[in-house]
Amino acid sequence: MNAVGMTAWELCLPVGWPALLPFLAAMTLALVPSWRIGAWINAGAATLGFLLAGALPWQVGHVGPLLLVDRLAVHFSILTAFVAMTTAWFSLSYIRVEILARQIDRQRLRLYHAMFQTFAGGMQLAVLSNNLGVTLVAVETATIAAVLVVGLPRTAEAVEASWKFFIVCGVGIALALFGTVVLYLAAQPALGPGLAAMSWSGLSAAAAKCNGAVLNLAFVFLLLGYGTKAGLAPLHGWMPDAHAEGPTAVSAVLAGSILNVALLVILRLRDVMDASAAAGAGAIAPGPPIMALGLLSLLLAAFSLWRRRDVKRFFAFSTIEQSGIAAFAIGLGGPAATFAGLLHLTLHTLTKAGIFQCVGRAAQLKGGQKFADIGGLISSHPALGLTLAAGILSLAALPPFGLFASEFLIVTYTIRQLPWLALPLGIGILVGAWAALMRLQSLCLGPATPDRGPAPSAFLLAPVWVHLGLVVVLGLAMPAPLFSWMTAMAGGGR
Amino acid sequence: MGERIAFGTLSYDMAHILGGAMLVLSFALLYQRRIGAIIKIYALQGMVLAAAAGWQGYIQASPHLYVTAIIAFAAKAVTIPIALHWLVRRLNMQREIETALGVFLSMILGVGLVALSFLVVMPTTLAAQAQPLPREDLAVALSMLLLGLLMMITRRNALTQVVGFLSLENGLILAAVGIAGMPLVVELSSAFLVLVAFIVFGVFFFRIRDRFDSLDVRHLDHVGETHR
Repeated sequence: MNAVGMTAWELCLPVGWPALLPFLAAMTLALVPSWRIGAWINAGAATLGFLLAGALPWQVGHVGPLLLVDRLAVHFSILTAFVAMTTAWFSLSYIRVEILARQIDRQRLRLYHAMFQTFAGGMQLAVLSNNLGVTLVAVETATIAAVLVVGLPRTAEAVEASWKFFIVCGVGIALALFGTVVLYLAAQPALGPGLAAMSWSGLSAAAAKCNGAVLNLAFVFLLLGYGTKAGLAPLHGWMPDAHAEGPTAVSAVLAGSILNVALLVILRLRDVMDASAAAGAGAIAPGPPIMALGLLSLLLAAFSLWRRRDVKRFFAFSTIEQSGIAAFAIGLGGPAATFAGLLHLTLHTLTKAGIFQCVGRAAQLKGGQKFADIGGLISSHPALGLTLAAGILSLAALPPFGLFASEFLIVTYTIRQLPWLALPLGIGILVGAWAALMRLQSLCLGPATPDRGPAPSAFLLAPVWVHLGLVVVLGLAMPAPLFSWMTAMAGGGR
Repeated sequence: MGERIAFGTLSYDMAHILGGAMLVLSFALLYQRRIGAIIKIYALQGMVLAAAAGWQGYIQASPHLYVTAIIAFAAKAVTIPIALHWLVRRLNMQREIETALGVFLSMILGVGLVALSFLVVMPTTLAAQAQPLPREDLAVALSMLLLGLLMMITRRNALTQVVGFLSLENGLILAAVGIAGMPLVVELSSAFLVLVAFIVFGVFFFRIRDRFDSLDVRHLDHVGETHR
């Protein structure tokens, strides 16, 4: 209790504001009875959160007991805040239609908005945290918030989805807590008792002196625990349900943030293990297990894509697939592959959040989220259809979209380092992309299915265009300062 | 801890007995069929956990572990069991639950899991300059974690799955209090308590109750299969 009492002040410094603001907003939203005002406060708070996160690059180098502001943390903080912002604006008009269609009760929207901000705050805290215990609690908070929102529609499917979400992620968090305890045991001889032995800054400095064998044990549990959050097989089962049954705004933020946070932890852990292995302290090479989980998830999801009948479920499986590719790149190791993996994560987040926003509009328009309900969007609603088509092309990693560049880099480095793994990786990527293109045909081309809801105005798709525009720019012509920033982030100079 | 804690000293033996008792109770949870008895065993385990945390607070001379002990007692030995009993009555649940694997097979698997965790934890932590006590506590904790997972897998009823998760979580707290100087123990155990409280008191039971005749998770799977 005293430990947190002494360190909690750090959240009140400007570095802590991006994490503190959403929690304050959540408390405010819990007190606002009107859902209309709540929706505006939500959007305003998310915008302010993005501006605060945007100020973080000037704070790089802050290392405290609670917060660690390095390039990696700042990058993901800004990305998470950006997706939260655009999704909050998307949600503004989305819930209006949902209320008219009686999908969500008005009374429950207070909970929805408060939990949206709680989720965003938990993610920010997890990204910026220097302490593994704090990360764990933050991820847990975000999970509880997301579970409550996923269950909101109160259909039997939504109940099942949130139950699965809760139980599987609860087990994941439990595994991660066990890993955290063991990690502390490994670091304690080198760093002494106290918060330092649970902090990333302490661990990365003293990795060589930590006990390698105990680190291995911790690594296994942390990888499985956070792998659950990243949607990595074998504990990926919650992801399709949670994405498919909850309100679409949640699918968009879920797809974009929880996965990044989990892979961020796995990446930092990989560096600790690498340092320990390089110093001969007895740690195993962390790459192969991470690559194995990544490849397994990629192949499993790529082949599952073909059998999906539900649009949101389809894109959730695609998230598992992309998470597998990014994990594979992180496992591959080295600054170049790590750069490619981080770029892939970033671009996937932008693409997927955009796609879910389009899918949310399309599902409202067609009154259903099955592939059988949604078809021929381009002929009936050109703006929505073309935007969704562009998003799916981006997801299939076709040029000019940036995912082409990141996947190309990942495959190239695989051929250079482990040629025999390029074959399953390539098969997985191709099968997934092919499935996406087939679905593009049925969703956007062909005969139009009847409309059962109001058509969204093209203006409402603006956030998606910003997302996809960023994906193109980052892939084709990344500005030089950003490039050097990301190179430093992937290499040693965090 | 000034002097080395080893086999034969009171502080070691006492901690050992408490850890062992928790493990035995995990086994009892594994084979018990009656839901009332399952909740009572869980309450007993919570009491032993509180005693173990308090004992660790005494031998490590760290007062914050007493806080953990008090929280564990209040929540796990009293509040949660009362809430679970209330849920069983309120939802008029079936009082006897079959295990999916049968008692004999569950017990064999459980013994295998305990052997596995000791074989994994003891050699890897040998060189860790760790005292024998945290190592054994860690092995017991891992056993409880795996037994809890086994219970969650072999039970079809949502409430018994929840109890499986709760006993798994008891093991985690045992591991955390057993390691000298571990920071944030109180915070982590409280945070987990929040998770547990959400699972137990959460709206889920009511929602499931709204829609289904029983809490049997197979109904949920069935719904999923037909709508995918």
